[in-house]
Amino acid sequence: MSSVQIEIQLIASLVAIACAIPGTFLVLRKMAMISDAISHSILPGIVIGFFLTEDLNSPWLILLAALTGILTVILVEFIQKTGLVKEDTAIGLVFPALFSIGVILIAKNANDVHLDVDAVLLGELAFAPFDRFLFNGIDLGPKSLWIIGTILAITLTLLITFFKELKLSTFDKSLATTLGFSPVVMHYGLMSIASVTTVGAFDAVGAILVVALMIAPSAIAYLLTNNLKKMILIACYFGVFSAITGYWLAHILDASISGAMTTVLGVLFLLVYLFAPNKGLIAVLYRQKRQKTEVYLLTFLLHLQNHKEESERHVQHLNEHINWRTVESKSILSLAKENNMIKIENDIISLTRKGKEFTTEAINYITTNKSTAIEDMKDRFFLFRG
Amino acid sequence: MTISEYIELLFNDYTLRTISIGTAVLGALCGMLGSFAVLRKQSLLGDAISHAALPGIAIAFLITGTKNSNTLLIGALISGLIGTFWIRGIVKKTHLKSDTALGLILSLFFGFGMLLLTFIQKMPNANQAGLDKYLFGQAATLVENDVWLMCIITGISLLTIALFWKEFKLLLFDADYTKSLGFNTSFLEVLITSLIVISIVIGLQTVGVVLMSAMLLAPAAAARQWTNSLSLMLVLAAIFGGFSGVLGTAISASSNNLSTGPIIVLVAATFVLFSFIFSPGRGLLFRQIRFWKNRKDLELYKTLAFMHTIAETHENISHPHAVKILNNFQGYTKKSLQKLEHLEYVTIKGAMWSLTEKGYQKAKNLYNQQDTVNE
Repeated sequence: MSSVQIEIQLIASLVAIACAIPGTFLVLRKMAMISDAISHSILPGIVIGFFLTEDLNSPWLILLAALTGILTVILVEFIQKTGLVKEDTAIGLVFPALFSIGVILIAKNANDVHLDVDAVLLGELAFAPFDRFLFNGIDLGPKSLWIIGTILAITLTLLITFFKELKLSTFDKSLATTLGFSPVVMHYGLMSIASVTTVGAFDAVGAILVVALMIAPSAIAYLLTNNLKKMILIACYFGVFSAITGYWLAHILDASISGAMTTVLGVLFLLVYLFAPNKGLIAVLYRQKRQKTEVYLLTFLLHLQNHKEESERHVQHLNEHINWRTVESKSILSLAKENNMIKIENDIISLTRKGKEFTTEAINYITTNKSTAIEDMKDRFFLFRG
Repeated sequence: MTISEYIELLFNDYTLRTISIGTAVLGALCGMLGSFAVLRKQSLLGDAISHAALPGIAIAFLITGTKNSNTLLIGALISGLIGTFWIRGIVKKTHLKSDTALGLILSLFFGFGMLLLTFIQKMPNANQAGLDKYLFGQAATLVENDVWLMCIITGISLLTIALFWKEFKLLLFDADYTKSLGFNTSFLEVLITSLIVISIVIGLQTVGVVLMSAMLLAPAAAARQWTNSLSLMLVLAAIFGGFSGVLGTAISASSNNLSTGPIIVLVAATFVLFSFIFSPGRGLLFRQIRFWKNRKDLELYKTLAFMHTIAETHENISHPHAVKILNNFQGYTKKSLQKLEHLEYVTIKGAMWSLTEKGYQKAKNLYNQQDTVNE
């Protein structure tokens, strides 16, 4: 590995961490699409900033562009407050308009601006190490490294200082307000960080892919844990992992680094989406199927309890009366038997004592605890789950 | 260039005519279908779909090696549909919320598309140039065939909407009721979503991946402000969309260095802004005026109620009282007194006022009946 390669990977990893932290809170606060809006609408800010400073890495440009990002948030909220359209429509209206203004500004001044839309949207990480930060003639490393490092340092400081306030206002807005933490300050603080990060990262990974780095690692972490601290750490881990793997993938394919990073994130998300324990697709489908069988079982036991007459309790009767297909009734019958809830004599089914107990308790539970899950009870009675 | 010159050019110049008709048809189609997206609160779905279409274009090019726009559009359609259904899958089966799902699919598909595009650009094949027109769109590349395709899609959409009109309408406003009536709601949803995906894919070439969502939303959001009727909203949205297309093309044609897509979006945004402010029913301006008027009326009635409490203490309700005693009452002005007299609620003689029978009844029933005259 050459020093350039190491620097690229270092920048990419720092960008990934800097994005993952605000991204986690955006995902938890259901504001993920705001990051998409910000990433588009900073374009006019960048262009105007570039006209004024003529330097893509100037801190003034970053500040100005970040202000455009916050302006977007304010505009969206204003439109939303008028009640004329829904929030998502407000987002969808504001950012294309601002983005269009940016594109037109660039096109109008194409001759004297060395800035094109592709560069802003897609970024070029491969060139980042060549723009060096020189201080008194001493080479202090690439400029983007310093920019994103500063942003990350600010983000981390704010995160550690205001962690419990952020946590509280994310999960229980009203409690936070009652306790005296202004939700407005929290909201705009988070938006400012998101906006500054987006701007700081755009020349490394491009504005649109910042969205991927903000949302995807957080979404992956969301499917893996219920703990906020762990969620941030997992998001950072996956962000850095995708940054480094993505770099080498791009190296092999000779293609865009940011594109490759996103692709790695995409594959990771697909895997987690399918296989995450408890929250993954397969786990959810499995749980739903089990719950379905167990509801069938409960209905069946209730039927048995309600009918003393033998004709209603005949094995063959199940298919007719409760309208199950043969396979289903067989599997439910065997499940009930495995759990010692029924006994079958001469094809006549009757409840055992355990079965009776379970049914009575279940009925009681369903009628009194409408909203809570019945899982605890099932754990106590079932030897084998459906 | 004056307007008449431009119109003359429109009839004579083949390219300009094709582009104008194309953007107009596209705008109308997007406006019409966008109304459904806006009303179904799926405004950002368009944004996600248009981004998700990008890898499809790249893969279609990689497989066929040709730049035939129809082949690429089929690729875009397939990957757009995959994106859409994945979004549905994420929202339905996991804890992730719809905004996260949209943002995920949008950015991940787009990033993958960019990877493929940069990969294609480095391939030893001279044919690849021009794929990036799908990023920001180039209306100038529209040819007659594209316009025909747009017209056909518009026709199909119109037919479908006409055929399923009442089902769609019911689904939009009360999905649960639709289901309970026995309509196949998931079929209807898939149908309407597919139409939206198709219209987005058709528009990619003209306005590009990034701005496509605005084409869908802006005309519909503008139309929504003028009417509460679905059919009228569709018609208005189509008109707004069509006009944005034509005007946008005209503005960008009359000046150098102005790409059509962003201009169309800005024209549509202007329509939205205008509608937000000036629409008579919901617009901000008239709403503010109504607000002022209501406040004035409220002050008027407050004065009347105060008069009523004074008059109540006398046997004769029309017993005259001095105007002076009203002076300290908040909301009382000379003007409001004049207005009360004009409404025949009070009569004024010199510096004395007295309540009329009509005014007395009005004040008495002020709080116990709903008065809708002044709303």
